[in-house]
Amino acid sequence: MPLHPLHGILLAFPVALFPCALAADVTYLNSSEMQWSNFAAWLIAGALVFTGLSLAWTLARVAMRRAGSRWLAIVLAALFVAGLVNAFQHSHDGWSSVGTTGLALSVISIVLALAAGWIGYTVPREVRA
Amino acid sequence: MIVLRHAVLALAAPLALTACDKAPELDQTGARPQLPAQKETLLPPMKIARPAGWNGAMPSVPQGFTITPIATGLKVPRQTLVLPNGDVLVSEGLGGGAPKLRPKDVIAGYIKSLGKSGTKGGNRVTLLRDRDGDGRYELQTVLIDDLNAPYGLALVDGDLYVADQDALLRFRYRDGATRIDGTGEVVTKLPANPNHHWTKSLTASADGTRLYVGIGSNSNVGERGMALEEERAVVWEIDRESGAHRTYASGIRNPTALAINPATQALWAAVNERDELGTDLVPDYMTSVKPGAFYGWPYSYYGNHVDPRVHPQKPEMVRKAIAPDYALGSHVAALGLTFLTGGGFGGNYADGAFVGEHGSWNRRQLAGYKVVWIPFTNGRPSGKPRDFVTGFIGPDGKARGRPVGVTYDPVRRALLVADDLSNTVWRITPSAAR
Repeated sequence: MPLHPLHGILLAFPVALFPCALAADVTYLNSSEMQWSNFAAWLIAGALVFTGLSLAWTLARVAMRRAGSRWLAIVLAALFVAGLVNAFQHSHDGWSSVGTTGLALSVISIVLALAAGWIGYTVPREVRA
Repeated sequence: MIVLRHAVLALAAPLALTACDKAPELDQTGARPQLPAQKETLLPPMKIARPAGWNGAMPSVPQGFTITPIATGLKVPRQTLVLPNGDVLVSEGLGGGAPKLRPKDVIAGYIKSLGKSGTKGGNRVTLLRDRDGDGRYELQTVLIDDLNAPYGLALVDGDLYVADQDALLRFRYRDGATRIDGTGEVVTKLPANPNHHWTKSLTASADGTRLYVGIGSNSNVGERGMALEEERAVVWEIDRESGAHRTYASGIRNPTALAINPATQALWAAVNERDELGTDLVPDYMTSVKPGAFYGWPYSYYGNHVDPRVHPQKPEMVRKAIAPDYALGSHVAALGLTFLTGGGFGGNYADGAFVGEHGSWNRRQLAGYKVVWIPFTNGRPSGKPRDFVTGFIGPDGKARGRPVGVTYDPVRRALLVADDLSNTVWRITPSAAR
């Protein structure tokens, strides 16, 4: 069963915001201009909120035994953890707000967010037919 | 065998934890504090002492001394000043106003607010008067109103100087006055846009011709961008007549209290160092403020200990940085400094300084929350800090009070302590003198 449209909208945020956060991180590392790290911190925080909401909805689907929800829940849960750790990392001051850890977490978050989008937006075969 | 190994692990685990908790106590006071390796954890270690009322309890003072509250119901008292006629002035205010730039600013602001009284700053200077010299200050009245987060106070040559968070003001003072109307004369504007560390400490040179104002940094370690740190983390020397200023010292993160050392006439400061490098970094300090000196912030601390969070780094600035004279301990938040004069309390408390420690947030075991005594000889610290006023943390771990400004009254031989949590001014005197 495909995602409810509202659920789809919630899921769109992490897919869009985590890559933006990485772009902001890279810009910060290239410019040392703190505002870019601030942008990244807000983008990660925003992405995290919607990841959480989307995860909650997905868990409800798992509870209702909706087909194809379990993998989405697992990936979103992993994304939530990575995003949360990254949010704390970005709360450090100055150069420590990104560093190797922050950059790696931003990349991991993108991979997981894209995976979640891929799973979530794939229309099950029986519906397509 | 496997069972045995599990048993050993089960026994060892708590031992390992205990070993962690009981890391050897570092010596972080005095001229050469031990500085451990930097430790930036995912979340900084935090403990906020939640406020609770005194309920009849009192701070503790050493044997032979008596403590009494001489003013209560104040609105965030910060610093005090003793006037020639014995009146006591109290600045009351709560400033600030740096924009919240990232999620952390919102959350950290909330967490730190848990350890505060919630009282709105008075934006005024209150006068306390003891008419008959019995140690009870019967009169408590507003001397100057409508100020903007006043902090530092000084009286020179019949003029009262008040350091608001954005300007140094001058008021004509007549001996015995209980009310001064008007907005005062602006001696000079002070850097205030924005105001992260907003307190403007103040003292006058020994000859009264110069005023010194301590101006704190606009961030922990430059994370709002160095453009905002122009003329921040500095001490200004201001010509009292013209209001012209020069930067007297820089890289001095948050000089929250200034005082003249009576033995050497040198300017001394109590300074709050940076956070979030671990429980035992970086020790706050007091130091003689050397003209033209650079104390490291934000690039380094205690001389050449580089802070990796500043980017781009500036090795040429690190090379210039000098170490302060005397460490007070990590995160104690020294906000008050006063020297004894005229033989002080005598005995063990004849020559030295008192430091008011507001108390920590950035460590698991609370630090500060007391007034300490540091003995001096020939104008230099000559021993370890000793607790003088304690008991601000109750047996339940909650905070009854938080010391800010400390002022020694040499005429009446008393120490005044402003407490901005219980909104009280405490007065400590030798018991025999009563």
